[in-house]
Amino acid sequence: MNSLSLGMNLFIIAAGLTLIFGVLRIVNFAHGAFYMIGAYVAFSILQLTGETNVGFALGVVGAALVMGVVAFFVERGLLARLYDKDHMLQLLFTFALVLIIKDIVKMIWGSGQFSISTPPALSGAVNLGISYYPTYMLFLLVTGPVIAIALWYAMERTRWGRVVRAARLDREMLSALGTDVKLVYSAVFVIGSMLAAIGGALAAPRSAVDPGMDALIIIDCFVIVVIGGLGSLAGSFVGALILGFLTIFGSFYLQEWVIVASYVMMVVILLVRPWGLFGKSDEERH
Amino acid sequence: MTSRPQLIFLLVMFALLAVLPFVGSRYFVELAVQVMIFSLFALSLNVLAGHVGAVSFGHAAFFAIGGYACAFFLTRWGWPLPLAMAGAVVVSAAASFIIGILCVRLNAIYFSMLTLAFSMLVWAIAIKWKPVTGGDDGFVGITMPQALTDPTNFFWFTYAVFAASAAALWVLSASAMGRAFVAVRENAVRASFLGIDTKRMRLIAFVIAGAFAGLAGCLLAMYVRGMYPTTAFWTQSGQVIIMVLLGGVHSFVGPILGATTLYLLETTTHQYTEYWPIVMGLILMVIVLVLPDGLVGLIKRLRPQRRA
Amino acid sequence: MAILEVGNVSKRFGNFTAIKGVSLNVEAGATHAIIGPNGAGKTTLFNLVSGLTPPSEGEIRFRDRRLARMRPHDIVKVGMARSFQKVNIFPRKTAAENVQVALIANSGMNYNFFRSARRLFHDETMELLALVKCADDADRRAGELAHGRQKQLELAVALAADPKLLLLDEPTAGMSIAETKASIELIKDIVAKRGLTLLFTEHDMNVVFEIASTISVLHHGEIIASGLPHEVRENDDVKRIYLGKD
Repeated sequence: MNSLSLGMNLFIIAAGLTLIFGVLRIVNFAHGAFYMIGAYVAFSILQLTGETNVGFALGVVGAALVMGVVAFFVERGLLARLYDKDHMLQLLFTFALVLIIKDIVKMIWGSGQFSISTPPALSGAVNLGISYYPTYMLFLLVTGPVIAIALWYAMERTRWGRVVRAARLDREMLSALGTDVKLVYSAVFVIGSMLAAIGGALAAPRSAVDPGMDALIIIDCFVIVVIGGLGSLAGSFVGALILGFLTIFGSFYLQEWVIVASYVMMVVILLVRPWGLFGKSDEERH
Repeated sequence: MTSRPQLIFLLVMFALLAVLPFVGSRYFVELAVQVMIFSLFALSLNVLAGHVGAVSFGHAAFFAIGGYACAFFLTRWGWPLPLAMAGAVVVSAAASFIIGILCVRLNAIYFSMLTLAFSMLVWAIAIKWKPVTGGDDGFVGITMPQALTDPTNFFWFTYAVFAASAAALWVLSASAMGRAFVAVRENAVRASFLGIDTKRMRLIAFVIAGAFAGLAGCLLAMYVRGMYPTTAFWTQSGQVIIMVLLGGVHSFVGPILGATTLYLLETTTHQYTEYWPIVMGLILMVIVLVLPDGLVGLIKRLRPQRRA
Repeated sequence: MAILEVGNVSKRFGNFTAIKGVSLNVEAGATHAIIGPNGAGKTTLFNLVSGLTPPSEGEIRFRDRRLARMRPHDIVKVGMARSFQKVNIFPRKTAAENVQVALIANSGMNYNFFRSARRLFHDETMELLALVKCADDADRRAGELAHGRQKQLELAVALAADPKLLLLDEPTAGMSIAETKASIELIKDIVAKRGLTLLFTEHDMNVVFEIASTISVLHHGEIIASGLPHEVRENDDVKRIYLGKD
């Protein structure tokens, strides 16, 4: 069950990755680093406020805001110069970001490991009948679908969502219609990054906050979007669920080799349906 | 990719290297060995990146696999050196064949993601498979042939392997297959309409790249007298990408130039600060934003235009 | 037996049906034109025939082989070559290198990793370049050539595969009148000398009626008329669609 909660947390992060890809056609290799920024900022805020409920809420919000600002300047100032260039260059840019962000984090916070306690309101355990389940894990389990619904609503029912969906399908058409495509790009990059940071802040009470936390997260995100399909929010949700279930069953039979289970799943998808469960083949995209 | 000026550069470079053990201090000889190892590693990546145009974000996987295999064959099974090295190259080639088959059918974006993912799997295996790899602590202590324990001998050994590999890769680059590789990079659709099986070409390039990376890994293992999981970590893959890009991905000698420059920069930086990754990141960012053709591209731009 | 048999082929992209039940036979040695207004599906049909995209329904046979499971590089090996509507060559390589790599691929030498490529197929390359009147441009980058020259280069590249069936997608698009004339002469010459079958699309009706031996008219993804040039010219449906045109 733990794995499902962590899976839902991963969904939030992967959703940001898939959103950015859907519109900007960039795989943000720095997404794990953004997650890390979220966790560290939340940690610092909690240092100031003390580990209270309000502090925690501020931590999450603060993480999102700080990340949003950073993402905005990175996108406007640097990334935007690469939009009409080779995709590889954009990818490499995000890769450079990882190296830079990691060292900056080390410079500010040092290489040590930190931990945050779960906020008082969400501590303890809930009696689920069969056993007790940590309240915070339940919280994580619930935030996934909540954000999923919020995103779904934003995409399907708001004007902004319509613009984003159009941008996902056909960017040239969109600019021809007079929409400020640059604004859409910035907004999507910022929001996608904020999702990663929120995921990081929410995950912090559960995992260690250290300079290495980005590496495995980005791989998990990749697994999710490969299974679900790059660019599809629904795919990220289903992918996260699958990863969660796989980890549960995997730990049973494979124990510490459970990591292999997710790779096997990826390989299967790549052989059978390389564009993911909800993705579109290169041909369909035209 | 290959050109006469570059050939001259290579010959001069090897000539100068040959003189080093006689005039240089032990420190420089050891440094040269390290630079040669990473130059070979970078050359191997460029078989993929510069030729067929596939940027692997997980190339360190084969570097590590080659090193671990060599360490294992030499130490645990007591194989003679040539056999151990050949075995390590075969293992790396096999691993790159398996991973390659899955990855070359993907477009550039998925290819990048998946190569990164698979390399982290190799890293995870290196950490968990204690009986074979020594796990987290690494594979410590390698049975070396007596002769190679002397640093100068090891220099000549590395020199020989590096020179032979560079020569082989040069021949490949200048061959008909080399032209076909570049066609796949320049315009994959057009290439397939010429009758070139682009997937198969990518796979062949992938295996060659993996094999030579594995060979470089052997040299690393023997130089360090051990192998550690960090060799397979994504930062190592990142570093070799930056080496190739810094030097120039569209030329044969670019990777050598980039590897040398970056490695020397790293060694110097480490004397002042531990914050080397951010330097690497900034270098990469500069390359991506203003200098995509790397140093060789810069040199070409600065030289007066020659008539075609 | 026709060299190319298109049997009731349809192609759908999502909800949009680009090609509807098209059937077409091209006889060996024919010069067959596919004409039709923009958006009629000419390029899609080319993509189907050359294997770039699979049909949603129907079957295509080339030299009595089913194209169904074949990838473009296999189809080229059977004897088909094509040009593209938007010139599709290797812009950063020289004209000679463009042709050379085509010759390398055609001979299977792309698997040869030790034979130096410097002088490989030099004579054959210059011959082909001379054929398309691009010999002077041999060492110039393909991307720097004038548009008309690029199209001719693409023709040379296609011919390097020694095809039995040549697909040309709008070979004279973007060319001046003089260039078009030269192009037509060149194409007629090549087809005659090499005895190959030509399937091409065109907008310029003068070109079509000058070189085509048979014509098919494509409209909204369907063939509305097919046959000898004068038959097509007299066809009522065709006249209606091309109302206002010559």
